[in-house]
Amino acid sequence: MSQVADYPGSVHAAEKTNYLNAEHSIKSWLLTVDHKRIAILYLISITVFFIIGGSMAALIRAELLTPAGDLISSDAYNKAFTIHGVTLIFFFLVPSIPAVLGNFLIPMMIGARDVAFTRLNLVSWYLFTIGGIFTICCLVVGGVDTGWTFYTPYSSSFSNTSVVLAVTGVFIAGFSSIATGLNFIVTVHKMRAPGMTWFKLPLFIWSNYATACIMVLGTPVLAITLFLVGVERVGRIGIFDPALGGDPILFQHLFWFYSHPAVYIMILPSMGVISELMACFSRNRVFGYDFVAYSSLALAGLSFVVWGHHLFTSGQSVYAGMAFSALSFLVAIPSAVKVFNWTATMYKGTVVLDSPMLYSLGFLGLFTIGGLTGLFLASLAVDVHLQDTYFVIAHFHYIMVGGAIMGFLGGLHFWWPKMTGRMYPETFGKLSALTIFIGFNLTFMPQFIMGYLGMPRRYHAYVPEFQVYHVLSSAGASVLIAGYAFTIAYLLWSLRYGEKASANPWAAKGLEWETPSPPPTENFNYKPVVHEEAYAYEPPVEDPEEEAHELA
Amino acid sequence: MSAEQHSAVPIRIYFNVFLTLLVLLVITVWVAYMDLGFLNTVVAMAIAVVKALLVILYFMDMRRGAHLAQIWAGGGVIFLLTLFCLSLGDYLSRLVF
Amino acid sequence: MPTNRRSKTPRRKRMSSPSDTIAVDAHGHGEHDELVSHQFEDLNQQTEAYSVGMWIFLVTELMFFGGLFAAYVIYRGKYHEGFIEAHHHLNVPLGGLNTAVLLTSSFSMALAVRSSMLGKWKSQIAYLYVTLICALGFLVIKAIEYTDKYHHHLIPGPNFNTEAFKDKGGELFMSLYFAMTGLHGIHVLVGVIVISVLIVRTWINRNRTMDYMPIEMSGLYWHFVDLIWIFLYPLLYLIGRA
Repeated sequence: MSQVADYPGSVHAAEKTNYLNAEHSIKSWLLTVDHKRIAILYLISITVFFIIGGSMAALIRAELLTPAGDLISSDAYNKAFTIHGVTLIFFFLVPSIPAVLGNFLIPMMIGARDVAFTRLNLVSWYLFTIGGIFTICCLVVGGVDTGWTFYTPYSSSFSNTSVVLAVTGVFIAGFSSIATGLNFIVTVHKMRAPGMTWFKLPLFIWSNYATACIMVLGTPVLAITLFLVGVERVGRIGIFDPALGGDPILFQHLFWFYSHPAVYIMILPSMGVISELMACFSRNRVFGYDFVAYSSLALAGLSFVVWGHHLFTSGQSVYAGMAFSALSFLVAIPSAVKVFNWTATMYKGTVVLDSPMLYSLGFLGLFTIGGLTGLFLASLAVDVHLQDTYFVIAHFHYIMVGGAIMGFLGGLHFWWPKMTGRMYPETFGKLSALTIFIGFNLTFMPQFIMGYLGMPRRYHAYVPEFQVYHVLSSAGASVLIAGYAFTIAYLLWSLRYGEKASANPWAAKGLEWETPSPPPTENFNYKPVVHEEAYAYEPPVEDPEEEAHELA
Repeated sequence: MSAEQHSAVPIRIYFNVFLTLLVLLVITVWVAYMDLGFLNTVVAMAIAVVKALLVILYFMDMRRGAHLAQIWAGGGVIFLLTLFCLSLGDYLSRLVF
Repeated sequence: MPTNRRSKTPRRKRMSSPSDTIAVDAHGHGEHDELVSHQFEDLNQQTEAYSVGMWIFLVTELMFFGGLFAAYVIYRGKYHEGFIEAHHHLNVPLGGLNTAVLLTSSFSMALAVRSSMLGKWKSQIAYLYVTLICALGFLVIKAIEYTDKYHHHLIPGPNFNTEAFKDKGGELFMSLYFAMTGLHGIHVLVGVIVISVLIVRTWINRNRTMDYMPIEMSGLYWHFVDLIWIFLYPLLYLIGRA
């Protein structure tokens, strides 16, 4: 049963004109206010930064093959991991799902023609690009070596690298993030189609809405903090300068007040994607919809009161540490709620193992590992030993790469036919998902062990005892890179040679599937009205013979 | 702001709010020159909060505003206070301050 | 900010009704469609969206300044005496005058928005001019204060007069002072530009139906700027004056 009502005379058939071929000029792309085109612009930009950040990772893993610091100098190594962090966090992960999939899908999922503020949407892409250009300039003139965390007083007083360029780039990109968040919040509040109540919304919307709230509340604090670092470098005013009485720990408080919620900006949208994928590829409604919806909001709220767990060993008071530790245990609960609900979604469903589902299952396992290891780090006493070791690195890569990026790739594959009108080659998709999963685990599982054994992070030379783990890790990294490269390659290939996609190749539920692939510029050529719950998949037939008897 | 409040507020009300704000300004400066110990800060902040509320409720018309805007404004203040309180919590609980 | 779409009917006479109702009818379906962007169903939805959007933007500004206020609160606790000593270098009467100027500008801005809702373009422009003059006055007084600080070597940096502060935290206080009032001043400057644009647009569109959302949103921004100063003044200028 269709989720929408047609108005007389409306047309469901695939339209010749869609948002991609409506206009062809460069100007029509660079001055577009169509959320779908802006999503594609973002996709191109973030891929550029993915490649830059990934190259830095390759350099790092190559250096770490041998215990001696022989490939690059220690200064160059510091720059490598800094650029790796800055580009991949601020210019890839933070915008990835919201700015690409969110921008593309949110208006469609709620039955709207576009987002609330279309020109602001375009401005946000320009801000992102300008911020990115500053960061690339920073790279070109020699890079920055403070770590993506820009800790003072090194970043504000002592570093001899282009800190100001880097913080300016991140500052500007921050406003892109704020603009996107603001747009999403107003869009979801004000532009839902008739009948689309909050609890009929796809969970992807709930996740992105919660993410948008975090973006709006947290990013400004990062902006002012980096602004102060920049001003301190340029004008020598001493907010964080210990010589003048400034407190470096204050910087850490302000920095992590944003940066911890930021990790939820990076994971929540991915969780939203997983909800969609689990439902479609289990042919089942999401188990515990309300719980999953509320858990997104809970994560957004709780994420703001745990930042001190990054400061356990920095000189923060023990009592504050205890409070933050307890709160950090609390914040694990909503995530666990989601994992249980996704697993329950598969129960008694008809699980279809297409590529998006492979990514989704990968997410389930890897995010769980990442999340559980976070609890080790949330324990104050254990963190004293694990802080600044590879254990931390493995923990956040399990969540960011094993979680967020796999969710992004799963979503990209799932909605690829909708966005491009082409199917990607399914065998390649499966192969790629498997390669990435294997490569990822080979890269990061050894890092848990060596971190526990004491290998410090951000070191380019180490004692020979750790070499075996580093070699495994670097081997895994090459497999991982091959997986990503292969994915990019066949996705690009499919744009030209992929099989043309129908409006709903996955037989999925959702308003975005009720319109042609690719969609027309105005999304729907009828007015959607919503009657059904989200994920109204038909339950599987228990016993075909019995069903036949009942019908007879 | 919902479309229903299109009746304009009488100038008289704005003027009264304005006068009150000026009076509060005078009071706040006057009290600052008295020695009340730590109460100086408390009084100054209390007066500032009252002035802020007058501006928000009357000049920014939040009294009649959409509930969503009210929730966001309130929420923003709450999150700001979390920043203050938890950071201060660290500093105040250190043995050597 | 949405562009004011001009009504296609020329020289529509403005309603000046004795009862306080606005000239632009926001209920009509199909009326004033030229004011509604394509993604919205009607003017109502657009107005509500813009209003909520503006409030959320102000929340981001609150968090933006909030980081500075957090730094201030923590350092004031740490260097209590130093802050008290340092702030004696600030000019309370000038600061107080600036506060009064901003409060006046908020008042006139509220009146300007009110005039817009009633369709009275002449008084709208007049009140906007008052707001503009107050804003410029604020900046002038700030410039006087800053120049004074410069001459007394109170600007943090290599030329800072450290001997003038015997308690630790003096230069830190001045750093915060310049950061907070400077950032606020930038926001006032942006406000000056916004108000000027509003004046020009009101004049150009004086004989046409206008959407009052731009001026209402600008008003919200301007009141926010006033709100920040309402807290900056006592925190920076009035601590421990006894």
